[in-house]
Amino acid sequence: MYTYDELDRTLINERVEEFRDQVKRRLSGELTEDEFKMLRLQNGVYLQLHAYMFRVAIPYGTLSSAQLRRFAHVARRYDRGYGHFTTRQNIQFNWIKLAELPDALADLAEVGIHAMQTSGNNTRNVTSDQWAGVAPGEIEDPRIWSELLRQYTTLHPEFSFLPRKFKFAITASAHDRAAIKVHDIGLRLHKNEAGETGFEVLVGGGLGRTPFIGKTIKPFVHGHDLLSYVEAILRVYNQYGRRDNIYKARIKILVHELGIEKFAAEVEDEWQQMRGSALTVDDAVIEDIRSRFTYPAYEKLPHMPEELKKAAHDPQFERWRKNSTFTHKVQGYAIVTLSLKPVGGPPGDATAAQMDAVADLADKYSFGEIRVGHEQNLALPHVARRDLPALWKALDAIGLATPNVNLVSDIIACPGLDYCSLANARSIPIAQELTRRFANHDTAELIGRLHINISGCINACGHHHVGHIGILGVEKNGEEFYQITIGGRADEDAEVGTLIGPAVPYGDVADVIEDIVEAYLALRERPDELFVDAVKRLGVEPFRERVYATR
Amino acid sequence: MTSPLQQKIKITGPSIVTANRTWDGAVIYRTAAHGWSIDLAHAAVVRTADEARALLAESVADDVGAVGPYIAPVELKESGRIEPGNLREHIRLQGVTIELPVPA
Repeated sequence: MYTYDELDRTLINERVEEFRDQVKRRLSGELTEDEFKMLRLQNGVYLQLHAYMFRVAIPYGTLSSAQLRRFAHVARRYDRGYGHFTTRQNIQFNWIKLAELPDALADLAEVGIHAMQTSGNNTRNVTSDQWAGVAPGEIEDPRIWSELLRQYTTLHPEFSFLPRKFKFAITASAHDRAAIKVHDIGLRLHKNEAGETGFEVLVGGGLGRTPFIGKTIKPFVHGHDLLSYVEAILRVYNQYGRRDNIYKARIKILVHELGIEKFAAEVEDEWQQMRGSALTVDDAVIEDIRSRFTYPAYEKLPHMPEELKKAAHDPQFERWRKNSTFTHKVQGYAIVTLSLKPVGGPPGDATAAQMDAVADLADKYSFGEIRVGHEQNLALPHVARRDLPALWKALDAIGLATPNVNLVSDIIACPGLDYCSLANARSIPIAQELTRRFANHDTAELIGRLHINISGCINACGHHHVGHIGILGVEKNGEEFYQITIGGRADEDAEVGTLIGPAVPYGDVADVIEDIVEAYLALRERPDELFVDAVKRLGVEPFRERVYATR
Repeated sequence: MTSPLQQKIKITGPSIVTANRTWDGAVIYRTAAHGWSIDLAHAAVVRTADEARALLAESVADDVGAVGPYIAPVELKESGRIEPGNLREHIRLQGVTIELPVPA
């Protein structure tokens, strides 16, 4: 966990009072909606179909049990008893009243939580690997650098009015769980030949209307130079990014139109003017940030404790253990993913009661720490393996032990037309129906790793472009239709999926997905050839044929 | 940003003006009595572009009470009941089409 200093606490508290005054002036009519809109967006407040939506940041996906309990409190007191975890390590409350928002913000500020820059044309919440600090083989904890970037980008005067929103993601593992290649700037921590720690910097990735995979702009930037290099990128973007056309305003369009070589040359020119300046990151700064992260006092524990041996006779426990627990960097411990994808449930939603219960379980079994991943699941990052059987029982009792992590029913979905004012079609009911179709765990395990992503409009909050199967809702003559893509992926081999054919109506989507999965099972070379690898080998044609032959 | 009043108004059938209430974001409808109601049955129904423009203009003028007014299609049933004219407005009126995680 990271402990905020006095400066952070003062900033968050002052922001609450500033927003309280802005809301008061809006409700009295002193501020018009046009004047107020930008202010509320910069505090994470959107207006959706039925109500205001309040988006709260979970920097680099790390939460304390006290913070999660406070989310439960906000859900219960100011909303309708639940929250929605998003694809960018935020939580959203869907029914909040503007008049009560300052109080909710003040309650969150007491535990160091804020909503600054969770919307608006500025740098958004810096996201990272939800296994940061516990993943085996990690170069170092990427949250140190995420925190540095959080401090640098928060209320940065030069970058508070960018041409469009701007998103960072950081990973320090070979396997990318942070989807860095589909971010405006993606950072991959690695070591150079001299053994120094630095970053591969990718730029211009993004989804939405025009998806692009990020391109490497510099293979190695030393940690000391991270801020100056990032600032050089932001300056070039701020100067040349399109402000005349919202659809062409993201940095990905600028990088695409200039070409990565020209864009890189512009950045290099800018960087050389500021390199070695006050933006150089001293070791002392990094050490100060590092010292504010607390790490558990792990015990020396056996890899295979008696409790685990005994529980292995229970097939339900074993199924969950094999699916939802992962290797920890410390022997005797495990990383546990808590699926927020129950059969028939809305992906990423958690009730206040569940949040409170998870906070209690984190205190009991995970040193009071919880993680949030972009796949819209939670994780307990430090669970002793001897405690897994007891934890499983407790999670099962609150509906958070569905053994479907990374399987076909672990669906990423945006709120869609049930909530969102931008959406053209519903996402959640499609996800719910698919989880029912694939509810049989034996079938899901037979299928293997398969990521389905659903977006209710072209803005792609459900990251459909990079789903192994992507589902995009569109509207045709007042009816909901869905385009299907296959072969996308969001990891270190990120790719944008390929459209398989004409959009299908709402009622046909689940059948179509079943057809695609059946085709895969018939066509795969071996049981361990993943869906996405089979698509890479075969192309989309066999799947297209299967889907449209009878439609 | 273009004001809703600067946009070309084209309606193809009976329409109403709807918005969200400022203090809590609730869905509201402009009434013939120049106020707002959360009940669609109380909405003022217009049938021409000129009527729609006028209703929208008075709605936009109430910037304190309502956010983002716009014209939406409705269907008029034989009984006189007003029903939303598209899925989006059905969802705004009736709520989400899914069961909420915590029953209301």
